[in-house]
Amino acid sequence: MLVTALLSGLVLGGTYALVAMGLTLQYGIARIMNLAYGEMIISAAFLAYVIYTGYGINPVLGLLITIPAGFAFGYVIYGVMMKPLVARARDKASLEIDSILATFGLLFVIQGVLLVTFGANFTSYNYLNVAVELFGTNVAANRLLALVLALTVGGALYLLLTRTLWGTALRAVAVSPASAPLVGIDVNKAARYAFAIGGGLAAAGGVVISMYQTFTATSGVVFTMKALIVVIMGGVGNVVGALSAGLILGVVETFVATYVDPGLTLAATYGIFLAVLLWRPSGLFGRRAG
Amino acid sequence: MKNLLRRQILRTMALAVSTLAFGFGGVASAQERTSVKIGYAVSKTGPNAGGAGITTIPNYELWVKDVNDAGGLEMPDGKKLPIEVVEYDDRSSSEEVVRAVERLAAQDEVDFILPPWSTGFNLAVAPLFDRYGYPQLAVSSVTDKAPDFVKRWKKSFWMLGGGHDYAEALAKVIADASKAGTINNKVSMISVADGFGIDLVTAARPAFEEAGIEVVYDKTYPAGTTDFSPILNEVMSNGADTFVAFSYPPETFALTQQAQVADFNPKILYLGVGTGFPIFAKNNGANAEGIMSLGGVDPRNEANNAYRKRHEEVTGKAPDYWGSVITYASLQMLQEAIKRKGLDRDAVSEELSTGTFKTVLSDETKFEDNQLRQLWWTGQWQNGVFVGIAPEDRPGASKATLPRQAWKKN
Amino acid sequence: MNGKTILAIAGFIATIAALAFVPFVVGPYGVTLMIGMLGYVVLATAWALFSGPTRYVSLATVAFFGVGAYTVAVFSESIPYPLLLLVAAGIGLGVALVVGIATLRLAGVYFVIFTFGLAELIRQLVTWYEVNVTGTLGRYIFLPITPEGIYWQLLALAAITFAIAWWIGRSRIGLALRVIGDDEVVAVHCGINITGVKLALFGLSCTIITLVGAIQAPRWTYVEPSIAFNPTISFLTLIMALLGGAHRLTGPLLGAVPLFLMFEWLSANFPNHYSIFLGLIFIAIVFVLPRGVLAFIEERWTLWRRNEPVSGRTADE
Repeated sequence: MLVTALLSGLVLGGTYALVAMGLTLQYGIARIMNLAYGEMIISAAFLAYVIYTGYGINPVLGLLITIPAGFAFGYVIYGVMMKPLVARARDKASLEIDSILATFGLLFVIQGVLLVTFGANFTSYNYLNVAVELFGTNVAANRLLALVLALTVGGALYLLLTRTLWGTALRAVAVSPASAPLVGIDVNKAARYAFAIGGGLAAAGGVVISMYQTFTATSGVVFTMKALIVVIMGGVGNVVGALSAGLILGVVETFVATYVDPGLTLAATYGIFLAVLLWRPSGLFGRRAG
Repeated sequence: MKNLLRRQILRTMALAVSTLAFGFGGVASAQERTSVKIGYAVSKTGPNAGGAGITTIPNYELWVKDVNDAGGLEMPDGKKLPIEVVEYDDRSSSEEVVRAVERLAAQDEVDFILPPWSTGFNLAVAPLFDRYGYPQLAVSSVTDKAPDFVKRWKKSFWMLGGGHDYAEALAKVIADASKAGTINNKVSMISVADGFGIDLVTAARPAFEEAGIEVVYDKTYPAGTTDFSPILNEVMSNGADTFVAFSYPPETFALTQQAQVADFNPKILYLGVGTGFPIFAKNNGANAEGIMSLGGVDPRNEANNAYRKRHEEVTGKAPDYWGSVITYASLQMLQEAIKRKGLDRDAVSEELSTGTFKTVLSDETKFEDNQLRQLWWTGQWQNGVFVGIAPEDRPGASKATLPRQAWKKN
Repeated sequence: MNGKTILAIAGFIATIAALAFVPFVVGPYGVTLMIGMLGYVVLATAWALFSGPTRYVSLATVAFFGVGAYTVAVFSESIPYPLLLLVAAGIGLGVALVVGIATLRLAGVYFVIFTFGLAELIRQLVTWYEVNVTGTLGRYIFLPITPEGIYWQLLALAAITFAIAWWIGRSRIGLALRVIGDDEVVAVHCGINITGVKLALFGLSCTIITLVGAIQAPRWTYVEPSIAFNPTISFLTLIMALLGGAHRLTGPLLGAVPLFLMFEWLSANFPNHYSIFLGLIFIAIVFVLPRGVLAFIEERWTLWRRNEPVSGRTADE
């Protein structure tokens, strides 16, 4: 029972972590509080749905299309919408408010376009919905894929941020955007790439989620909130923190469902999150990137 | 700004005056009319959009198209008037739906108002329909209080039954199968912590007890739950042959998927809203076979089959097997009542309440105490069609096939 | 008290009195429209009462709005109506004080996220309680209150809110608040009891928001958590206050009225493309009116008066 609950929790947490890592990059490094993040996830989910049901390309292969598309979208959005806001911001607080408002608008635009294109229907399809036996427990292959992808991406990002010069530059921007230019770092470029990578990760998350979760054009905000909770718990801009916090959250939800009451899973999520905020406002894993 | 406000006030005043002057004699001017104004406010955005987008909106659109293609709504004198639609988005907010309906009634002065989606919203607007004298054909609302509501709001019609109806029908299906020795009398039951789930589960508990069914697992989960493996792990080993979930569509889909992964094979699998959606059959193929839920159709009803075909042709998607056909039937009843009585709302309400109508449901659809009672309380997927199995004495009922086959591996 | 102040007070009273007669002039739809508009005006003003000077962006609006609505739904049968509002206000205040003590040391985005989480937590707990303890979820409100009655109550609440906001702006507390908003360290050195002031203001703001929910709830007949705790309310309140300018007395009003009318117009004329237009207008607002409508108008006004260019960034708030 314990092993089963733990495994189910980790697999569930893998999804949370995968979704949250992109947001932590966008918010931690590019300093954009992206409220439209969930809509980016849903857009990718619809894209995966279209290429799977319309063209018969399997979603995993489809990642080759969706991730670059998400990256490009993030790149363009940052260049067109966010850059002017960053340029005119007087301080961190005013950029935060501006980016919240602007991405709130973006949220509605994306949602509206999805509504007009796909309607308000519940959309879902089955892919890789087969059991994989792990330590005597049946786990859905598509969910396991989310966990594997989260661990891979998390590991890769961690290495990228800590072992490469470019990653160091990104971290420098996250810690102090004001002094990064002094050592020759192009802050704008770094932020733009961080935002775009975040877009690519959102797309990856969306594709994986679409394989096992029902979505509608308006369900993006749920993902934004979950991702935000994980990001704050893990420490803003901290990829490994987001990964760990996502997994912890998944395990907690599963344990509450198994041993307490399935009715309290969401209450437990928010309860833990609020407790972490009060106890350690900078997140479980500190504030710095990497 | 000021100018705009003043114009608004003047306009509203003028409207108010004209309402007073002509409101009661509005029918008389039907001769000079060139169209009939039909208004509705539904959730096109927000969390309710998913439900409204399958049961309500496509049927409103289909009906308007059907009527207008045929030349319009027929009046008692045989003249046909095309429908002019006024539609608002209530953005899934109670305050908005109240305001939108008030706008339809007081500002746009539409001839008839079609109801919004969901139990809560139908209740929110019921006092308004009543105050302005519009008949309210509430389809997408499951409520046990309908007998009280029809007393409070005389022109309200409740068309989808109450939690007790569905729960008692299900209890009978389980008890009969248990008596026949097909299954044991143990049930695991979960429900979504939202209006629908709670209504059904509170009705199911006493109904099951009365039928001699033992509930061995009874939990609620919050709406939006995506992972059911903890619940499935628990119910797989508790010996119950029946698994009942009063769930919403996303959870219905997730449960079906996860039950397959876990290789969980209850002999009766009963799921909530969403089981009758066309996408459910499409995604699960042969594995949908034998799954039970609310609603259903009579597969031999030709009018219904024709409706389903036309729905798919016009809107591009198939209707669901529960609320859709009732929604369309409610509109047919309205159309027929207008044909008999014209645009006088009192007379139309009276006709709806007492008359008998030919609809896609049956040749003789009628209200009993302003409630539609000829419904399928339990249905089951059989050979790719979601057929009604209870009440079993209703003409056209199919026989339940039990036990459900195990999942086919693909 | 100088002549200008007296004139302002007289104008305020006259405006409220004139607004009280609106239901006799406009039709039922007009009243409905005014209810919705006033509701958001009060919400945005009450929100700005706390968040404007302290710069704490709160997304807990709907938590308190929902508490108010739910209190009315729960006790509508057992407590007579005017008392019901007092009970709701008391519960709102109690929750606000507990939350305030726990959270006001959080800053920036942590507070934003916390308040959003709080709204969801309260919703989940109410749901769980209803499901497991009372066994029902939806609650019916059959109170004999007319739309006009709701309108007048909201109008009275709006008048009180504006009076309080005006008084605070002129009092020592207002000064203290401005110091806190500018620099908390300075405020401490001035001997200001930061926590006390913030807590009092948070409690006040939340109580008013609770009352809005309590007053509006009888219009819906049926209340369940997903209806009472609709997160859109938090977002719209925030946007309206920020659009108008949260640092000024009439700023939220100037944000709430045009935005509300615009939403109404969009949902009536473009029901299918509502979201897209709404989003585009939002983005446009951020780029064109970065510091609120009021600041924008003042800048243009100064510009016109001086007939010389004013840099958008030098004017301080």
